[in-house]
Amino acid sequence: MAKKSSSPLSRRAWITTASGVVAAGLIKTQADAVKIVAQEVPTPAQDPTKVPGRLTSELGQRAPAEQPRRLVRSPNLSSSSRTPLQDLYGIITPADLHFERHHAGIPNIIQEEHELLIHGMVERPMVFSMADLKRYPQTSRIRFLECSGNGGGAYNRDRMPTEVTPQALDGLLSTSEWTGVVLSTLLREVGVRNGASWILAEGSDAAVMSRSVPLEKAMGDAMLAYGQNGEAIRPEQGYPLRLLLPGWEGNAQVKWLRRIEVTDRPTMTREETSKYTDPLKGGRARQFSFVMDAKSIITFPSFPYQLPDRGWWEIQGLAWSGRGKIVRVDVSTDGGSSWTPAELQGPILSKSTVRFRHLWDWDGRESHILSRAVDETGYVQPTIHQLWEARGERTSYHHNHQRVWKVASDGGVTFGLGDLV
Amino acid sequence: MKKLSVLVVSLLFSGCDQADLPPTTSDLLPTEVADRLPPLAPRTFGFGREATDERIALWDIDVKPDGEGLPSGSGTVAQGKLVYETQCIACHGATGTEGPFDRLVGTEPWEEWPSARVVGAYWPYATTLFDYIVKAMPQLTPGTLTADQTYAVIAYVLNMNGLVADDAVMDATTLPAVEMPGRNRFVPDDRRGGAEVR
Repeated sequence: MAKKSSSPLSRRAWITTASGVVAAGLIKTQADAVKIVAQEVPTPAQDPTKVPGRLTSELGQRAPAEQPRRLVRSPNLSSSSRTPLQDLYGIITPADLHFERHHAGIPNIIQEEHELLIHGMVERPMVFSMADLKRYPQTSRIRFLECSGNGGGAYNRDRMPTEVTPQALDGLLSTSEWTGVVLSTLLREVGVRNGASWILAEGSDAAVMSRSVPLEKAMGDAMLAYGQNGEAIRPEQGYPLRLLLPGWEGNAQVKWLRRIEVTDRPTMTREETSKYTDPLKGGRARQFSFVMDAKSIITFPSFPYQLPDRGWWEIQGLAWSGRGKIVRVDVSTDGGSSWTPAELQGPILSKSTVRFRHLWDWDGRESHILSRAVDETGYVQPTIHQLWEARGERTSYHHNHQRVWKVASDGGVTFGLGDLV
Repeated sequence: MKKLSVLVVSLLFSGCDQADLPPTTSDLLPTEVADRLPPLAPRTFGFGREATDERIALWDIDVKPDGEGLPSGSGTVAQGKLVYETQCIACHGATGTEGPFDRLVGTEPWEEWPSARVVGAYWPYATTLFDYIVKAMPQLTPGTLTADQTYAVIAYVLNMNGLVADDAVMDATTLPAVEMPGRNRFVPDDRRGGAEVR
């Protein structure tokens, strides 16, 4: 028990603020007063320095006026929701705003009953409970996750949007601090046999989602995550266990992971043949296109914001690359005629989003603002014309071309790539 | 306390070559080198238990492109029509083209672009149909078709795509042998980072 003198809410304060209630004879004890004041949320009309605040609580809540939401277009069993990129600060996505993509709904899994089987071309096929997995050496890494279909809405020349938010366009992107066990630790435990070259990862959802992954990645920076931003991974992100393949397309990072089979060839599942493959010019389709290439998007200013006046504005956005670190982000305010390196907000982490900023003295004239990311391999985020030239105008997935916003003379902002193609 | 010592030791020895450990990946930050197992780590930890053959068989139901994993059983086109019309028609349409969900049937060749990712033009392996359907279909009652029913409905879908004859029987031998028009369309990913846009 705290001494009365150290209590943040003295008896005197209760009597003062709840005096009307006291006068009415409704308060008989200090406990009664606590109940009454705890229910009272100050309205903006009240001076917060003259009214005692709320008490502590077991679970925090957002400020009433700050209620960012995922964007859900058409909920069904194979569906997605998008992260409100324009509403967030920094690089970490709050776990309850992490984008969703699933193919047969979100399964209800009891952690105590969940098990991971690793078998196939191994010396010792093994079953791991979640308690077993958590006893292995633990690691945490900040990594982005992006659906390879992200941004496809701005690729087709005939259907280029104008009134689209960063969330609606590119919200299948989120960044978290993931915690779990490095997959190579477990593969070492079971003993991978010579000749193995792939794994099959399989989920415990109603789609039994499965993808083949090269063993090189599995033995590299792949991990099995059970934590997300300091707490247990959310059901939508694969509770209690998901595969994390940093920098690779989201679909391969199987959620609700229950089985890994070590093999000497890909299984050729539905997702890696009929779905997540990219038709190219000349009657071909690119397969196993795992890596998410460098990309960036300005999140402020963006549709539907309207700049209220000319003068200094800080252009802000996110950049990321599945091949390592972002080394530079260029910003243009004249439709790509000239470019200036933006400020990069540290820490600059490999395969993580990085926030960039660029101070802009807007002269009040119509302007096209855009960004291009450069990663440590020297790859420069391409224009849409470069992607069209390389892959054709009717490819699918991996639409990482430069995003453009048009700032009209009245300050109104719309998606402006269509103006430039 | 144990974790702290692991961290310190791994930082001290992070430059050492450990032939039996997986190579560190080049993109890890110096602080992340601690993610790798330190030299004092035992050869195996022993957390977890050995998987029995029965346990593996229970979950190891995937099917490889050469047919490995296909169960015994069989189904005909005619049997498959009955399965399709009771289990599949609501989502895929009477002829596999109407939707409202994925279009299954189509044989149009694509010299430039596929008009749809249909079985008869896009899917490279017939075995994928079994691997997927037996686990994930029908969407509202997944995993309820028997092996015979699955073989049968695949026979019917392949027949609608003009890939097998009306009297075809699908089983563990005939299914992997079905020639799929999409088979040689696929090429490996040639994107490598660097200056070139591919």
